[in-house]
Amino acid sequence: MIRRAPVNLWIGGALVAMMTAIALLSLVWTPYDHTLLDIPAKFAAPSAEHWLGTDQLGRDVVSLLMAASVNSLTVAFVAVGLGGAIGTLLGLAASAWGGWVEAIVMRLVDLGFAFPALLFAIMLAAAFGPSLSNAILAIAFINIPVFARVARGAANQIWTRDFVLAGQAAGMGRAALTRDHILPNIAAPIIVQATIEFAVAILAEAALSYLGLGAQPPMPSWGRMLSEAQTLMYLAPELAIYPGLCIILAVLGFGLLGDGLRDVTDPRLARTRA
Amino acid sequence: MQVFLLRRSLGFLATLFAVSVIVFLVMNVLPGDPAVTILGIDSTEDARAALRAELGLDRPLWQRYGAWVWDAVRGDFGTSYFFRVPVSELIAERLPLTLPLAAFGMLATVTLGVTLGIIAAAQHGRPGDWAIMLLSQLGIAIPAFWLSILLVLLFAVKLRWLPPGGFPGWDDPVLALRSLILPTAALALVQSAVLARVTRSSALEVMRLDFVRTARATGLAPRRILGRHILPNALVPIVTIVGMQVAGVVTGTIVIENVFYLPGLGRLVFQSIANRDLFTVQALVVLFAAIVVTANFLVDIAYVLIDPRLKGRLA
Repeated sequence: MIRRAPVNLWIGGALVAMMTAIALLSLVWTPYDHTLLDIPAKFAAPSAEHWLGTDQLGRDVVSLLMAASVNSLTVAFVAVGLGGAIGTLLGLAASAWGGWVEAIVMRLVDLGFAFPALLFAIMLAAAFGPSLSNAILAIAFINIPVFARVARGAANQIWTRDFVLAGQAAGMGRAALTRDHILPNIAAPIIVQATIEFAVAILAEAALSYLGLGAQPPMPSWGRMLSEAQTLMYLAPELAIYPGLCIILAVLGFGLLGDGLRDVTDPRLARTRA
Repeated sequence: MQVFLLRRSLGFLATLFAVSVIVFLVMNVLPGDPAVTILGIDSTEDARAALRAELGLDRPLWQRYGAWVWDAVRGDFGTSYFFRVPVSELIAERLPLTLPLAAFGMLATVTLGVTLGIIAAAQHGRPGDWAIMLLSQLGIAIPAFWLSILLVLLFAVKLRWLPPGGFPGWDDPVLALRSLILPTAALALVQSAVLARVTRSSALEVMRLDFVRTARATGLAPRRILGRHILPNALVPIVTIVGMQVAGVVTGTIVIENVFYLPGLGRLVFQSIANRDLFTVQALVVLFAAIVVTANFLVDIAYVLIDPRLKGRLA
């Protein structure tokens, strides 16, 4: 089956590739050291030396934005990876064993939806103090029910296929069947979901860091840059623009890539969505 | 139908119970000693023991949980350690801000989202549709707190039409409403983006069905077809999303109140975290989670009211 890749796949893919490249680049090179303070040069206008100018402490804005992209992508990667892995395992188990296993998993899933990431992060911050790892835990936690539901739904369909029935007839156990046949066949919807959840996680990290529940100083973060810029809005309004644009581009990128991947891997959905 | 209602109500109560247990465990057991959380690690053992006795922390866990739930059901959320007043009083003071904000936000979200979605569906494939879809794609990607900052930059800093934040109280309703315009807009613009998309795709799905074609063939006015035939049938997915958005708007108020320095429940949460006021945070988290769970429950009930076919199946 050959279809032309949809346009959202291209745009999303390009944005994600760009973001990833910038984040990787910032690990080895940024125009300036983003921790370098240069108070006399504070609030510098964009120039050949400082492409987007400097902030209230004279730090180079481009360098800060680049360094913050690493934080954003890492948080999303760890949180979605952790929550996605646990959720997928739960969903697979529910689908494979059914009965009370399924009943318990689905109850837990319903319960998970009662806690938005923000509430969970607030609880953890109150109990342990605000930190980036608590933010990651909170974002990971809300991913568990999402992936459990997707994995169970997809796995249920595969369990009815002939090759799975054949495997059962040949005496394969449920765990072995799940590992060898179910998991590889639900990879596509899981990857699609993960891409979309990446976008959600980037938004969540930005919001939590903005509120002071995520990245703590001096770790650079788009959300925290915005909360600092907000207090300087009358002095330097442009500082409140750039980090927001970065967040939008990253979220749009992963969102479009996820939509595009879904359109490619599940053409049936693409048609009803058109 | 009664059986369905009863079962759902029991499930609802069970979820509320589970939510309260989780919050209680996370706030009281995971961190170890709440007295240390409140007083800090450099506090003396005597001070901690005194606080434990004062807060009843020396009793066994299940007794503390039982007392907490029993009091909460009767509207007593304990005493704020920092403010030294009942938490219920703190909540009552701030509800007149948070409740209207959430209600305005929800109202604006539904109005804007459903209207835009229907316009897009009616304009399917034409520039209006493209423009709305493009805007909603942006709306989904934009952080609500950044949109708030942009709105403040434009309408407060540059144009000086509206206040950049703060809340003057309801003594002067005009001033009060003016200070809620930007927060409401920030909440609704972001939330309505998802709703517009769902409304559009749900309406398009229904538009393809035979009875709509028949209605068109009989020469009914397009407006009437949309209002009487398409919209009622497209309602189920819309209600699902609206229910989820109650959660979005309620937690959204926490963020938005902090952006606009509005003295509501959302700001109280953050003050309480900073003040290590554990029991106030605990009460507020349960309150917010309970609102989310209740919204989901009401959506479940609403399905049956919207879709009479479900009634027969559940009887």
